[in-house]
Amino acid sequence: MNKFEYAMPQDIPQALSSVQHSGAVFKAGGVDLLDLMKEGIIAPSRLVHINNIEALKVISRTKDGGLALGANLTIAEIAELRELSGAHQALPQAAGSTATPQIRNLATLGGNLCQETRCWYFRDQNFSCSHKGGSQCFALQGENYYHALFDNKSGCVRVNASSISIALVALGAKLRITSAESSRDVSVAEFLVAPSQDIEKTHILERGEIIEAIILPASKPHQRSFYYKQKEKQSFDWPVAEVAVSWVQKGGVCENPTVILGAAAPTPWRSKKAEAVLAGQKITKKLAEKAAQAAMSEATPLSQNANRAKVFEAVIARVISWAGGVDPLQEGK
Amino acid sequence: MTKKNQLTKESGLSRRSFLKGVGLTSAGLAVTSGGEIFAEASGDASVKIISPGGATITLEVNGKKHQLKVEPRETLVEVLRDRLHLTGTKIGCDRGACGACTVIVDGKNVTSCLMLAIDAEGKSIETIEGLEKEGELHPVQKSFIEYDALQCGFCTPGMIMSSKNLLDHNPSPNLADVKHAVRGNLCRCGTYPKVFQAVLAASKQNKGE
Repeated sequence: MNKFEYAMPQDIPQALSSVQHSGAVFKAGGVDLLDLMKEGIIAPSRLVHINNIEALKVISRTKDGGLALGANLTIAEIAELRELSGAHQALPQAAGSTATPQIRNLATLGGNLCQETRCWYFRDQNFSCSHKGGSQCFALQGENYYHALFDNKSGCVRVNASSISIALVALGAKLRITSAESSRDVSVAEFLVAPSQDIEKTHILERGEIIEAIILPASKPHQRSFYYKQKEKQSFDWPVAEVAVSWVQKGGVCENPTVILGAAAPTPWRSKKAEAVLAGQKITKKLAEKAAQAAMSEATPLSQNANRAKVFEAVIARVISWAGGVDPLQEGK
Repeated sequence: MTKKNQLTKESGLSRRSFLKGVGLTSAGLAVTSGGEIFAEASGDASVKIISPGGATITLEVNGKKHQLKVEPRETLVEVLRDRLHLTGTKIGCDRGACGACTVIVDGKNVTSCLMLAIDAEGKSIETIEGLEKEGELHPVQKSFIEYDALQCGFCTPGMIMSSKNLLDHNPSPNLADVKHAVRGNLCRCGTYPKVFQAVLAASKQNKGE
């Protein structure tokens, strides 16, 4: 790792002023940051350690009954948070299947959302890829089994690494972004940047801005959600396919569904086709399979990952069934 | 005895103590590069800034306090191994993926390769060296020996720390709990079934069953 200066602010104003320094970056858990520094991908001259800031660890109710989760809560804390059971269970499900117990004890909610893609060309300093400001995407003609199945025509076929972002988008969560001058709420979907918007950016955070909290809207009556990650090694691995869904279900009928796919595109991929199949219908195993096929009909696989489209189809159908209270492994129907 | 081992014996310098000597020399050089703590004005208060050369901190490892100067970039596992010579904690991948560097910090198991030593100040750090009490191995250590829960042994310190952390929080785990607890510890020899047996047996010994 390169040498760096270490700033230890005690509150948000101190953190925001400490980061106004050339070459400064925030460090919360430091999991992805230290990984990128060890690989020589970034070499900040100052780390601003924000993990001692108590205001970023607070859990509170918002005026309209939602839940504001401090950005420095660890992934382990989110996975075990009792307030998140029931309608919001997709979030602890995603948190609990992120990384390993040891990483979950270090990594934070805010840091998880800011992490870089796991694309091996991006993470190898020898490849000057388009996401790093180079001229080409090496994955496009290279080893691309784990790369994007959707939105992969803009010169970078990376996939977003945050499982938690998939669940948060399905639940309609927002981020409270604060700077010295102001504070604004941005949806998680708008926070993450696709290559078509800016090929080098991963998120919209500018220097001098900090994620203060993640805000979950109040759950609606009869709302339900579900998240599942299919891995090659289920104990601990990156996803082959991951899906988060949420909707209101009365009398078995699905209203206002959201179907979000992770490890599928550079940003959480919302399948409007699957949602259209589900909306206003009674959830059955057959309907779930139809929605899964509709979702994957839009996929544009790369040279090596068509097989993952099939895995996705199975996982989407299962997640819809599980969320709807239907056994996806039953015979018939 | 192989020729290599004979040579080591004759020279009176084991591989371990030779490596320790080299480690000390390079650590000594690093310290001479200097360093300081200064404060930067921020509104009405000042922010503590540690320069790249480092600062003197106190680390509490296995109940013992150590005062030493560390650079901000030094990870906890580097300081444990190279500066405090607690080489039981291993470095495998150095990227948080293998769990060989697992230690317990304030009652939570963490990968010490992804934690800066400077962030461990004021926290209670437990390593594999701290499990033995008055010449008596920890029940998990005894159980690993009894159940032959290791082959090459490289993952073992991390595996034991994750297992010990489980029993600290859940004295009566079932098989699923044990499997869950060691998810972040990779064993290339594949001794997982014996690890599971050993941890379950240790939990029973703990309760005197």
